[in-house]
Amino acid sequence: MDGLIPVEERPALAAGPGDFVGRSVTRIEDAPLVRGEGLFAADVNFTRQLHMRVVRAEFAHARILSVSTEAARAMPGVVAVWTAEDVADIPLIPFRATKVRGLEPYCQPVLARDRMRYVGEPVAVVFADDAYRAEDAAEMVVVEAEELAVLLDATAAPGEFAPGLHTEPTIVRKEYGEVEAAFRSAHAVVELELSVGRHSGVPLETRGAIARYDAARDVLELHGTAKKQHWNRDEIARLLGRPPQGVHLFEGHVGGGFGVRGELYPEDLLVCAAALRLRRPVKWIEDRREHLVATNHSREQHHRIRAAVDADGRLLGIDDVFFHDQGAYVRTHGARVVDLAAGMLPGPYRLPAFRVAGHFRLTNKTPSATYRAPGRFETTFVRERVMDAIAARLGLDRIEVRRRNLVTAAEMPHARPLDTLGVDVVLDSGDYGGLLDKALSRFGWDALQGELAARRASGECVGAGLAFFVEKSGLGPSDGVRVAVDATGAVELVSGAASVGQGVETVLAQICAEALGVDYARVRVVRGRTDRIEFGNGAHASRVTVMSGSATWKAALAVREMALDCAARLLQLPSSGLTIRDGVVMREDGLAGPTVTLAEIARGMGPNSRAMHGHTPGLTAERWFWSDHMAYPYGIHLALVRIDRGTGRVVAERYLVANDVGRAINPMLVEGQIVGGLAQGLGGALYEEFRYDPSGQPLSTTFADYLIPTIAEMPVVDVLIAEDAPSPLNPLGVKGAGEGGTNGAGAAIAAAVDDALRRPGAITALPVVPATVHRLLGGLA
Amino acid sequence: MKPAPFHYHAPGTEGEALALLAELAPEEGRILAGGQSLIPAMALRVARPAHLVDIGNVPGFDRLTSEDGILRIRPCVRHAALGTGTVPGPLGALLETMRGHVAHLPIRTRGTFCGSLANADPASEWCLLAATLGSSMLLRSVRGGREVAGEAFFQGFMTTALAPDEMLVEVRLPLLAETVRTGFFEFSRRAGDFAQAAALAVLELRHGAIVAPRLGLGAVEDRPRRLPEAEMMLEGRAPSAALFREAAAAARAGLLPMDEDSYRLDLAETAIRRALSAATGVPE
Amino acid sequence: MSGLHDIVLTVNGERHAVRVEARRTLADVIREDCGLTGTHLGCEHGVCGACTVLMDDQPVRACLVFAVQAQGRALRTVEGLAQGSRLSPLQQAFVDNHALQCGYCTPGFLMLGTAILEQDPAIGDEALVDALSSNICRCTGYANIAKAIRAAAAAMRAETAAAEVA
Repeated sequence: MDGLIPVEERPALAAGPGDFVGRSVTRIEDAPLVRGEGLFAADVNFTRQLHMRVVRAEFAHARILSVSTEAARAMPGVVAVWTAEDVADIPLIPFRATKVRGLEPYCQPVLARDRMRYVGEPVAVVFADDAYRAEDAAEMVVVEAEELAVLLDATAAPGEFAPGLHTEPTIVRKEYGEVEAAFRSAHAVVELELSVGRHSGVPLETRGAIARYDAARDVLELHGTAKKQHWNRDEIARLLGRPPQGVHLFEGHVGGGFGVRGELYPEDLLVCAAALRLRRPVKWIEDRREHLVATNHSREQHHRIRAAVDADGRLLGIDDVFFHDQGAYVRTHGARVVDLAAGMLPGPYRLPAFRVAGHFRLTNKTPSATYRAPGRFETTFVRERVMDAIAARLGLDRIEVRRRNLVTAAEMPHARPLDTLGVDVVLDSGDYGGLLDKALSRFGWDALQGELAARRASGECVGAGLAFFVEKSGLGPSDGVRVAVDATGAVELVSGAASVGQGVETVLAQICAEALGVDYARVRVVRGRTDRIEFGNGAHASRVTVMSGSATWKAALAVREMALDCAARLLQLPSSGLTIRDGVVMREDGLAGPTVTLAEIARGMGPNSRAMHGHTPGLTAERWFWSDHMAYPYGIHLALVRIDRGTGRVVAERYLVANDVGRAINPMLVEGQIVGGLAQGLGGALYEEFRYDPSGQPLSTTFADYLIPTIAEMPVVDVLIAEDAPSPLNPLGVKGAGEGGTNGAGAAIAAAVDDALRRPGAITALPVVPATVHRLLGGLA
Repeated sequence: MKPAPFHYHAPGTEGEALALLAELAPEEGRILAGGQSLIPAMALRVARPAHLVDIGNVPGFDRLTSEDGILRIRPCVRHAALGTGTVPGPLGALLETMRGHVAHLPIRTRGTFCGSLANADPASEWCLLAATLGSSMLLRSVRGGREVAGEAFFQGFMTTALAPDEMLVEVRLPLLAETVRTGFFEFSRRAGDFAQAAALAVLELRHGAIVAPRLGLGAVEDRPRRLPEAEMMLEGRAPSAALFREAAAAARAGLLPMDEDSYRLDLAETAIRRALSAATGVPE
Repeated sequence: MSGLHDIVLTVNGERHAVRVEARRTLADVIREDCGLTGTHLGCEHGVCGACTVLMDDQPVRACLVFAVQAQGRALRTVEGLAQGSRLSPLQQAFVDNHALQCGYCTPGFLMLGTAILEQDPAIGDEALVDALSSNICRCTGYANIAKAIRAAAAAMRAETAAAEVA
């Protein structure tokens, strides 16, 4: 109705479950998915479409001498074969805004030019009328290359990336307090060398991209997208020399993202360029073997950390140097993961002095970027190992050591003299000690110690461990939502958010319904569509509920206000005495009286209505929510494990995740995020790893080698969702819930295994594999 | 990951199948039975047979019979068909136990026993079974038929006695007497994964002593086989944890593992001890 | 190189006459030639189970069957579970118990679950875990999937009991 966006504060969402918010309602997304009527990328088809198949590098590092395409071109059904020359006009794929300088030369070309730098790098592409034939033809492309020395160890001295450029583009440094003094005056210093293995999101749906040039409207469409449509749209437009309004990105159903899907990859640009040049739709669906070598890897870091403590085990200072194995190129996240790791390492603890140097290093492996709890899965492992080491060194209880160091509720908000992702680290709210108590009680920690003693006495190898984590969520800077009620009373909500399958539609619908007074199931949520909303920041960093949710709250309240104003005039009652229930405006006090529906109000606000003269028609409002700070969910992981001495197998028997999320809009969905996140965290703790042979050949190229946990590997999981510390930073009080389940898993498992082995500090690397555990047990009993 | 092109043949009789095999084997022709090992290999394009002879439609190929103390397994008997419901006595129970470790349920509804043997993956449970029990294989081609004893059938890494034009038309396993005791143990990273070590113990206990032990090990060497040093050590002795340890150590000394890695050998010993424990009922 | 084969696939009771190369997998033919895209490809090498369909009432991995092998079999896919707008008890249980997030693995689990409920609705907990370990889910952590199958079994028992009384 108006173009003005008032700056005044909107009322906050009241505590406690409302009509919809705070309730575990079933998802509006589910019906087509259980019916098999979803629209995932591979389900998108256009007439006359071509299938693209990528020819990938077979050496980890080599000079490309020639790429012969004649044989491939002659294969049946082949329409074109491209090499780097054919796409020389497309610049290197950029990265998103960052303060870090000097990364540009390390970006990836859409097709390798003079060098291939990792096995799996795109070297050529084939376009054919059928996916089988495209694969046949791709085999006929002959790449001649001269192998070069490979660099596979990020802790080794950097090598040459290109003449004049070495393989350490940057070092991310952060520092505050008197670090040297802290170590000089320390009662004790613990020093650890710790590493996290390379693994990643590996969603069940591989990537896919379908580009179509609509010549009639001069619009380039890209389907099968996720996560970050607006930024990707802008970059694709820029890289291909088109205006942004001439490029539209579409999102259908998304088979999991976890951070790795939805970034800008070479294949996205290739299908777009091909659709424009070949004047036919171009479809590319990644296969699993490709996925494991081509989609973003993550996690591989090696830390050398020192912690200075006083006689009571209180942290005086931490000094960490770490090496981040970025793989062959800088991708769209730049050095973000290193920045996150560095900024989030202190976690929940009071830390007077801190110094960190994150070495961002390139190697001849698949490039890396963010994966669920990026930088935090790694640093929680590192930091919690330090806390356990302090306990062991000083002969203190592992829990007591943590209690002494936790930032207290009274100290909130607690600003660290640090920033991460360009935002100051300010722990917004939290009762860390309180949640720790609840978690220990719920898990039965004290009784468990007796149980463990009894089981050990009878010969079992069992142990328990814990890890405290702090997450970050609600990354801004902004997001917007437009809520409109149509002439039938149906509500449409258009957001700049995206889906990765997490249930964004339901959560936004619940918030909208709560504010507006309609049934959540009658709210249609549009997301991931650059043609429906001009700006958006997408789905990542557990931001959607915070950012788009808050914008939804504001927009729906604005629509409510408009409707009540209108209704007040129609019903001749003060708007303060009215409420809206199930789309009907009625007296708030429940007494009989005149009513009017939102449909009727909307009809009265159309462009032909005299009453709207001079105003923008429609029962519609668009609102934006801005945030300079992130919200910090937090919690605890508690694990009980049993080790089979004869094989070294670690069985996770029982597990608790306690996670304060500020406010759970839908507790069932929050629990789903936590349990699902835990499954991935356990994967990284015990099973998943991308390994390479000494020549840089990937060894984890199928699901027979890259081991994803099945239901049989899952422990009994208990989830404690707490809402003790709503975030003061948004009207809903929410903090994101997407990553807490993953964050602490590596640390908790490592601690539990140490406890089972009765060897504090035994586990220094993830994943914890049976061969290692067996060796630590001293081989065969 | 689409397979490379091939010519598909679907014979209706055993004779037709053998004739096709004779003609096509020299041109990279192979048998398609359950396809649960072959098709993934073709998807990865590490297997690219020019011809496939699908024996899934030959009547009688799915027959499973027990007569005269012998279980006869024809080429298209699926993993899912083997168990206590179809095979009597301790052999049926053993098949049921081992079957649970063969991949997963939807693989077991398609994959075949004979296909597993012909494929001869060292980690295959059925190959271990055939190598440990006194089995015999019936091989047939247009040139005639021959019987090969189980021990001689597995010749190397994924290599069997089968000539390219021969089909494994029947595997014969001895039904086990009610007094026979069996024990099986397998270690794999996750449920249903390929075994990293597997052991099978088949024996009797008379007056508290082990009689006629058969002890087989799979997934460690390039083919499954019996462990004669360990068997000799077990014969006539009372089962105990110490004995199992001794037997396992004796076996270890004679192993030629695919992986020169002490952990793998440790797993072999653990598997042997646990199989013996399961067979005798004595804790290891 | 290879010829085309004219085959008839019977999917959810409907006959589809298609002409395919022998190398086309059942999964691809169901999706592309029969137009039923509910069956998903997660790995194409038989590990993840996203492509699970029922063939003569048995769960199979459609990526490990060539379409030409499936002639004459009764195939069932996820599209055949609902009766019009009425979801099957298992589908409804998945919705009620939040047994899906992204939904990509869901058709595979629904078909596997349907087979389990048809063959052994009173399946024990250990056996259920063993059966479900066939399929991979990357989103849910599995607990709700097992819960949904139990809930569907209970709902079906109640329905049968009610029908018997009536």
